[in-house]
Amino acid sequence: MSDKSSAKYAKKIAFCGVMTALAIVFGYVEHLIPIPIGIYGIKLGLANLVVVVMLYSFNWYTALSINLLRIFISFLLFGSATSFLYSLIGGILSFFIMLLIKSLKKPSFSAVGVSICGAVIHNLGQLFAAVLLLDELRIAFYLPVLIIVGAITGTLIGITATYILKAPIFKKT
Amino acid sequence: MKKNDIILLAVIIVASCVLLTVFCIAYLGSGGEVVVKVDGKEYARLPLDRDAELRIDSGHGYNLLIIKDGKAFISDASCPDLICVKTGYADELKSIVCLPNKVTVSIEK
Repeated sequence: MSDKSSAKYAKKIAFCGVMTALAIVFGYVEHLIPIPIGIYGIKLGLANLVVVVMLYSFNWYTALSINLLRIFISFLLFGSATSFLYSLIGGILSFFIMLLIKSLKKPSFSAVGVSICGAVIHNLGQLFAAVLLLDELRIAFYLPVLIIVGAITGTLIGITATYILKAPIFKKT
Repeated sequence: MKKNDIILLAVIIVASCVLLTVFCIAYLGSGGEVVVKVDGKEYARLPLDRDAELRIDSGHGYNLLIIKDGKAFISDASCPDLICVKTGYADELKSIVCLPNKVTVSIEK
């Protein structure tokens, strides 16, 4: 390996590390800030911002590994076994839906559409996990609310991601 | 933001609003159950949509529970203050409580 390519490689590793750290911090910070609208379990999904940005600026497996690393490390640092299961189900489901939506050619969607689908599917996955784990079908009542909230937070994250992706460091190399 | 994104957002929001309406109608339409507890233990469980009368003998006294037209109330009791009778109809948020007889009547969906 020449010096130039190994330097590029090291740069990429460092960058992915920083992005993973950022995703973990985002996840932690938004857990500290409650959104006072009277609906339990609502959050912005800032960590997904990192995943969307990585999905567009790098490739899908880099984004997936950052997402999985974030979930595992958050679990090790401040999680419990059940919250780990919820976020793993939500994280994996939403990631693959985002990948699918992104690869669609017709109709094609921008980062906003991708992020909306990711957020909605993330919420649905967690709700599904809750129905399975708690064995209480009445939680399904929450479904429409979670879909609407997912659509709104997904739009916000998507718009933010669009702006971030215009920064020079995220231009595809 | 593309045109497709806006269509997607609109479709999702409209669909979930429709879903919410359907859920609410289904929820309101379904009859609940009247749960009678004595001393914290379940004494009887009756459907709200069928008219019935139940004399609750709790060992401390009695309460006469009436279910009529989808509503449950206590019509008579052995206690002196009759707070349970004065409470009127029970609903999901308001249970009927009779302290002297240790009886509670609540509605569960």
